[in-house]
Amino acid sequence: MATQVRDAAIVGIHEYPSRDVEGRVSPLQIKAESAARALEDAGLKWSDVDAIYDAGEGGGAMSGLTIAEYFGIRPNVIDTTAVGGSSYEYHAAHAKRDIAAGKARVALLTYGSTAHSAAQRIGVGGRSGSRHPADNMEVFSGLTLVANYAMVANRHMHQYGTTSAQLAEIPVATRYHAMRNPEAVKAMQDLEFLNIRETTVDDVLNSRLIADPLRLLECCMISDGGGAVVITNPAIARDCRKPPVWILGTGEATRYPENGGDVTCTAAAQSGPLAFGEAGITPAEIDVAMIYDSFSITVLTILEDLGFCPKGEGGRWVEGGRLRFDRMDGPALNTDGGGLSSNHPGMRGIFLLIEAARQLRGESCSQVMDAKLAVAHGNGGMLGSRHCAGTIILGRD
Amino acid sequence: MADVQRPLPDLTEEDTHEFWAATRSGRLVYQQCAQCDTVVFYPRRHCTGCTSGRLEWKTSKGTGTIYTYSVVRQSYHPFFRSQVPYVVAWIDLDEGPRLVSNVLGISAPDLSLIGKRVRVEWETHESVSIPLFRLV
Repeated sequence: MATQVRDAAIVGIHEYPSRDVEGRVSPLQIKAESAARALEDAGLKWSDVDAIYDAGEGGGAMSGLTIAEYFGIRPNVIDTTAVGGSSYEYHAAHAKRDIAAGKARVALLTYGSTAHSAAQRIGVGGRSGSRHPADNMEVFSGLTLVANYAMVANRHMHQYGTTSAQLAEIPVATRYHAMRNPEAVKAMQDLEFLNIRETTVDDVLNSRLIADPLRLLECCMISDGGGAVVITNPAIARDCRKPPVWILGTGEATRYPENGGDVTCTAAAQSGPLAFGEAGITPAEIDVAMIYDSFSITVLTILEDLGFCPKGEGGRWVEGGRLRFDRMDGPALNTDGGGLSSNHPGMRGIFLLIEAARQLRGESCSQVMDAKLAVAHGNGGMLGSRHCAGTIILGRD
Repeated sequence: MADVQRPLPDLTEEDTHEFWAATRSGRLVYQQCAQCDTVVFYPRRHCTGCTSGRLEWKTSKGTGTIYTYSVVRQSYHPFFRSQVPYVVAWIDLDEGPRLVSNVLGISAPDLSLIGKRVRVEWETHESVSIPLFRLV
């Protein structure tokens, strides 16, 4: 632990409460509202912000410029890294670096989306025309996003003997947590989920197949929503309203199809060791694992690749409810309910940071007793082909 | 309602147009570097294995093995919604390239298709042919 550096901390968070804005609010408005609430949470003002991190979902190609004007601030640092759902882990990593280098004092990360209101068929829609050569080789095949992930699951089953019942443990754990989160329950009501209750492995296995072997209850929702995170330096953090949640380690990585490559191995195998190494801790010490749960298989492969269990043993490892917040052999998985049962407007990465921070402040609806360390791992793009990973290790005082 | 057809590649895309042009004569082609032997797929103009690369076009025998697959049961795409359930797969050609395609003639396999041998079967369109596969 001697090498651990505490040079940047999350001090303000906000998760936009509605998952169905009925077309009455724009992504930009969700971003600004969330930013204001997160700054209030920290005890800071718009004028304190001197660094903006933005994935471009609200402001288009020049979002670094347009979002600064929209917020009404003049930042010294603009970072518009856009890597899908993992963007916010990248933003947190870059904010830590910028703050440590003295280039930024107060960093603002925001996200807003109306994917549900706009009826975006993210998982099973067609792919839009593109002149990228990779897309031009795949467009004819009818490969849906769900099928892309399903191909990882099928290969994992083939290679390691993983079963659908084992994969089902993941949505069962996240639903268990969602039922303790009033905003998640409201989300499921607003999005017209059937049978809003705790689920069993059999419930998951009895839900209909979307793309074999993945079933409905293994797929995330498509909601509206957004949020904001404020990150600052130790001096400012000491004067904020809430206790600091330190960014202890960060890792970034990509993975894409390679001839002869192993599709069960995700970019987490590269980003995880970087983040854990910088933080000087091991996965066994983690109390809360906020893992991007687009689908069950996303979580299973990432838990393995982050080193919570040996590669290929994830199926057996998650059996028996290990990932529930009230188990001692944890870690607790996605204690807000996750993308599977609480909030997934397309790029969920910011909620991983927000719920991890809640846990380390003691504010979660499914609070892990005496939680000290958390990991937030975002996955952007598509697991079965090209994706980005961002790993953030967080710790409290 | 007019017939909706399978979405087809853009035949003017700079990196892949030679691949698609070859399909018109029933050739499934890929690139290999004459300098370092790296098989490059999808097609590009540079070698990903070495900086002095000289990529050459090779023709695959059109046989390979299913690396992994899924059965698509739900799609909102105007063409593919009429095709469900259908099989999408990553296929390892015997020469090395891994490509995404469909496996024809099987829609709800009882046993895993992983490791099964397949052969290309062309679906002919006016200006391009699409490499689909069938179990052998």
